[in-house]
Amino acid sequence: MREALSAEWVKLRTVAGTKWLLAAVVVATAALSAIADAATRCPAGRCQVDLAKTSLTGIYLGQAMVVILAATVISGEYGTGMIRVTFTAMPRRTAVLAAKAAVIVGLVLAAGTIAVAGCALVGQLILPGHGFTTAHGYEALSLGDGPVLRAAAGSVLYLALIALLSLGAAAVARDTAVAIGTVLGLLYVVPVVAALLGNSSTARHLQQIAPMTAGLAIQATTGLRALPIAPWAGLGVLAAWAAVALLAGGVLLRLRDA
Amino acid sequence: MTTTAVTSRAPGTRAGHSGFGRLLRAEWVKFRTVRGWVIGMLVALLVTAGVALLDHSACGGTVVPGGKVITGVGCAAPASGPGGVAVTDSFYFVRQPLAGNGSITVRMTSLTSGQGPAGLQPWSKAGIIITASTRPGSAYAAMMVTAGHGVRMQYDYTGDIAGPPGTASAASPRWLRLTRSGGTVTGYQSADGSRWSVVGTVRLAGLPAVVQAGMFAASPGSYQSSSQTLGGSSGSGAATVAAARFDHVSVTGQRAGGGWAGVAVGGPSPGTGFHRAAGAVTVNGSGDIAPYVAAGGQPGTSVEQTLTGAVVGLIAVIVVAAMFMTAEYRRGLIRVTFAASPRRGRVLAAKAVVIGSVTFLAGLAGSIAAVVAGERLLRSNGNFILPVSAFTEVRAVAGTAAIVAVAAVLALALGALLRSSAGAVTAVIAAVVLPYLLAIIVLPAGAADWLLRLTPAAAFAIQQTTPAYPQVSAPYTPGNGYFPLAPWAGFAVLCGYTALAVGLAVVALRRRDA
Repeated sequence: MREALSAEWVKLRTVAGTKWLLAAVVVATAALSAIADAATRCPAGRCQVDLAKTSLTGIYLGQAMVVILAATVISGEYGTGMIRVTFTAMPRRTAVLAAKAAVIVGLVLAAGTIAVAGCALVGQLILPGHGFTTAHGYEALSLGDGPVLRAAAGSVLYLALIALLSLGAAAVARDTAVAIGTVLGLLYVVPVVAALLGNSSTARHLQQIAPMTAGLAIQATTGLRALPIAPWAGLGVLAAWAAVALLAGGVLLRLRDA
Repeated sequence: MTTTAVTSRAPGTRAGHSGFGRLLRAEWVKFRTVRGWVIGMLVALLVTAGVALLDHSACGGTVVPGGKVITGVGCAAPASGPGGVAVTDSFYFVRQPLAGNGSITVRMTSLTSGQGPAGLQPWSKAGIIITASTRPGSAYAAMMVTAGHGVRMQYDYTGDIAGPPGTASAASPRWLRLTRSGGTVTGYQSADGSRWSVVGTVRLAGLPAVVQAGMFAASPGSYQSSSQTLGGSSGSGAATVAAARFDHVSVTGQRAGGGWAGVAVGGPSPGTGFHRAAGAVTVNGSGDIAPYVAAGGQPGTSVEQTLTGAVVGLIAVIVVAAMFMTAEYRRGLIRVTFAASPRRGRVLAAKAVVIGSVTFLAGLAGSIAAVVAGERLLRSNGNFILPVSAFTEVRAVAGTAAIVAVAAVLALALGALLRSSAGAVTAVIAAVVLPYLLAIIVLPAGAADWLLRLTPAAAFAIQQTTPAYPQVSAPYTPGNGYFPLAPWAGFAVLCGYTALAVGLAVVALRRRDA
């Protein structure tokens, strides 16, 4: 297993795209958060705004970079034929998948932590200037606050689970475009459909089982009763998606020719 | 040996002309012989149509979170105005019949809140009106003073002409006059009753010989826009009553008998009525005379709601379109392609025509099926669908297919530019689908509007079938289906980005090695 881990680490470290994608995760997340913060104003006070959630809006974009990074870890090997070399050197295919998962989760956790820290910093810089001051009844965003810490740490975990979901999907699809399209479609499109279906029970069920709407429930710090699903339960739904994808990927890796 | 074997071209064809036709044929063969891509198109078609069948919203039913939905109650459809547009037509009317040509003149000395804590709304209105009948949805023209938008002339629900600003009070009364001449009604206003200015002249179709003329008052339900509410702003709808006082009432022309009589058009509501004292008439009215707007909790469904599935189908289309280009690079086929057809720009053009046509047809078939099946399902659950003109419906359906086709060409061009399916697929989804998602469920309304002006997601404006009416206060946000750009302008934004990407791809293809 150690050899597998070190092999995957060398492969990922020496591919030129990795560091750019990791940088993109941080920059995209912080940039979209800054836009969302800048767009949220409350000059008179007493607005129903979830500041932690607003500050973490960037995850919506940052996760797309995570999807590319995690999917290409395996679909890229299929694209170039490298996968046959990998499996020749390391015949235990599930060990290869596990090593890839471990390496990518480690990298995404690191990049995600920096990205979320960036979001918190941007939020602390912008939001007080937009009316969200203690005078208006808003406490400054602080990671010492229980729900805020849960939102921040949960967002990092969310990115890691998205990486695992993408890795599993790519192991099933064996093609970069199909894997990324499927995962991004699952993430972005289901909430759009749920929103356009309006206030129906179908929409609510969709929001409870869709990986993004369920997983991002972890970011809510106010109005928890109105959420379609509770924060940790929502992250659990995403974890189930990731587990199923990895399991399917692992089984198919064993059953199919490389 | 003869020289006839040298050429493989069929006799009679010319090199320059048939070149592009052959290229098209080659690209079409490449497309249709990859089974995964054909399946991808079928998937796009089926989900575009299939999502419409998920829409089980039922008008009149109540949704209990986590509980059961009561269905089948149904909602009454709003009145239908001239031209078939859905209208709100409920107000208090003090009228008398007027035969043939004539005019009505009044002096309005106050517009105040009749009752209720909500008070006057900016579009609370009172004044004089000439209408075909007291049936809701009748053709009309009215001169009015509003609480927050000055003097207006409004006609046939959608027409709205601004006059001078200001409201009416005892200190500064407002004189209003309407004259009817055949099918034409002219509105005048004056501050002193002697110097009159024309606000507007309108032609009303189908005005009968005997019309109803008189004074009216109406006040829409209270609405507070809250731009910070995420996922579409919401308004609340407590009923309000406007009270208006008129004097110096004079009617010229042939009176068709009968004095002033009050009628609550569109059904009675509490606190409305009129009384006369000392030569003055006070009218208390509630409701609105305006186009019907479903946004903000009012029942009613737009046609485009059935086209939601196109966003899902779009994902499959983007994947296939990007692969149509990047697969050539991955397999090295691009070198064969460019060896056979050295003019690389033409190769890209042929690919764009093939993928654009195929995706347009798939999108069109899916959209037509979605609208037909979706409308049936919505109607069977007691919903009413806001009526739109046939042209508007065709624009929404064909426009949806056009979005799919242009997004496919964008994915193709980015595939050629980036030579990587990961980059192309992610870029197009992040540019077309993600801003739409952020605009309708994440960002506050102001930022959402800018996102739908600047990003390719602006193209979804082509699906909007009901316009935002300035004379009706409602949450006109992307979350409620109202886009900041006009339908074709929004579509042009996507086309602009696509043209740019195609241009860059042609330059890159020519300069780079294959």
